Amino acid sequence: MTAASGSATPRIVELGPPPRPSRFSLATREHLSGFLYISPWIVGFFLFTFAPMIASLVLSFTDFDPRSPGSTTFIGLANYQRMAAGILGLNGGDPLIGEALFVTIRFAALLIPITLLFALGVAMLVNSTLLAGRNIFRTLFYMPMQIPIVASTLIWIGMLNASTGWFNQILGALGVSGPDWINSVTWVGPSLVLMGLWGIGNMMLIFLAGLQGIPTELYDACKVDGAGRWASFRNVTLPMLSPVLFYNVIITLIGTFQYFTQAYIIGNGRGDPDNATLFFNLHLYREGWAFYSMGYASALAWLLFAIVLGLTVFLFRSAGSWVYEAGGDR
Amino acid sequence: MSVLNPPLARPMSTNSPLRRRMRRFTAVSGMTLLAIMVVTAFLLPLLFMVTTSFKDKSQLTALGAPWYPAAQETFEYEGRTYPLYVVPLEDGTTQSLALYRAGREASTWVDPANPNAAPFEWEGRWRTLAPEYRLEFYTNNFVTAWNALEFPRLLFNTLMIAGIGTIGAVTSAICVAYGFSRFRFPGRNGLFLLLLSTIILPMQVTLIPTYAVFSIMGWTGTWLPLTVPYFFGNAYNVFLLRQYFLTIPRELDEAAMIDGAGPFRILRSVIVPQAKAAIVAVSLFHFFWAWNEFYLPLIYLQGNQSAEPLSTAIARFNGVYSQEPTLIQAAAIMAMIIPVIVFFLAQRAFMRGIVFSGVEK
Repeated sequence: MTAASGSATPRIVELGPPPRPSRFSLATREHLSGFLYISPWIVGFFLFTFAPMIASLVLSFTDFDPRSPGSTTFIGLANYQRMAAGILGLNGGDPLIGEALFVTIRFAALLIPITLLFALGVAMLVNSTLLAGRNIFRTLFYMPMQIPIVASTLIWIGMLNASTGWFNQILGALGVSGPDWINSVTWVGPSLVLMGLWGIGNMMLIFLAGLQGIPTELYDACKVDGAGRWASFRNVTLPMLSPVLFYNVIITLIGTFQYFTQAYIIGNGRGDPDNATLFFNLHLYREGWAFYSMGYASALAWLLFAIVLGLTVFLFRSAGSWVYEAGGDR
Repeated sequence: MSVLNPPLARPMSTNSPLRRRMRRFTAVSGMTLLAIMVVTAFLLPLLFMVTTSFKDKSQLTALGAPWYPAAQETFEYEGRTYPLYVVPLEDGTTQSLALYRAGREASTWVDPANPNAAPFEWEGRWRTLAPEYRLEFYTNNFVTAWNALEFPRLLFNTLMIAGIGTIGAVTSAICVAYGFSRFRFPGRNGLFLLLLSTIILPMQVTLIPTYAVFSIMGWTGTWLPLTVPYFFGNAYNVFLLRQYFLTIPRELDEAAMIDGAGPFRILRSVIVPQAKAAIVAVSLFHFFWAWNEFYLPLIYLQGNQSAEPLSTAIARFNGVYSQEPTLIQAAAIMAMIIPVIVFFLAQRAFMRGIVFSGVEK
């Protein structure tokens, strides 16, 4: 059929240009094409990832200041010593790094359980067959994700304003006198957690996909066994969702250590009030671009990387004990 | 089923179709009502934003002012306008009256319902009375914010930065994803793993040397540092597109190859048309990610405010006008209106893309 070349009566068949004779074999040509198509990434990886990583590691052992790059000197481990001494609260250490780590970790400890619970609750709500107009609700719960963070932060700052914001006015109508959320050292963290509720969109969709992936036979089996709602949630939904839960925990944790825009705006770029919004990433920014100690900021960036990497590895390692995965899928 | 539950085993009343339908109707309305309540509370800050942005600043601190944008009701009497107040009368009822002549301990009032009657006196301090309000939208906040921000310039800057970056990000991601999904070459799996591992690398690790080099090259204060790096394939976009390309049957490539198409022709005429949905999703993601980006414009455009996008300009605006919530909320609306409208128009593409890739930016 396909061997038309040998046929005696020529038919008009539209063929492409005849294959050019090539110096390379078919396999080599495939290799070359593959490398050609991924070459933008390879070039970009060296220019914007690999080389800067090496340079950043080198800079972390110097006192690099972009205003006078000529006078950069090698100072050994001094930046790391300053960091370690600061964390341990010793003299000569960075006086703010302990605060920055504390602010970040406390925020993560509050944000992660609250957003996970809320996102899971919303996902179960918009997955319920008893809900009319499910797609409209999904869209509405996702929608705040699409609001630029600067705008949503300003909306929430207004909403939480002690006198003109609706939050305290509603609390007042209920007989509770609300705090000065944004300007209070105690309440600015919870304010940011409240703002974080607007960021559940992706988490909710991933939970939703997870919920829809649970075979209904498992729930039928529960019913046959006489299990109630809580028992089937505890013994079917939760274990079946655990890979998704695990993914969401990692993503949120990594996000917390890179949290910046909201903290920058709410704390006027300085960590106001009284360093209560001095998140790790904001501290790094200030060292680098407010004080121009970019050598030290590089060292902070490597600590950030170590933390993020460590958390990811830890969560992947510990996952075996509590994450359920159906065998043979991967 | 009928073997387990013989019809006679249950009393008719609990199983009748009408009863069952009623029960289902109650359950559906209950669940939907719950969802409406939760979503209303969830989106209440949006209502706050809209109402605040249309209020006059004085309404924010005014006594007894309603939650919606309002102005004090007035009444025209003998060619002049007088403000209306809610006045408690001796018989225990209240009435809206126009303040004709204000006095410290007693004032003269006109009844708008009965303007032909003569003005009468009322004992009491009018300053303690709540004004009568009517719905009224003040658009001045938008005019002020628009001019103070130089909004058209900001919009242009934002569209250009996000648009150029998106063109680069999408074309490069298509190429790289095509390379990873359709060609065999030595080290392919290792390189793909390397690509994926860059996802967990915090931007800050590479930022300082990159910043130093860009400032030596004189790129700070321009759009170049915010656009050029995206022309080299970002791991998220490549991953999403590669996964999608893998679902396109290879038979289509082979058919095109038999017709004499080379690799680039296959990419252009087979892969790209087939993967339109994923490409649209990646473009939208990148565009609005760039629209939202704050850190990079903050460090690169610090010295050149005329090149700034909306994000950093509005943050600075907040610093200047933090005592004027009405202006701030108007600016917030201006910053979010386009992304939110596009989201509602293209929400399917957005939400499908997230579940499909399982990754987020």
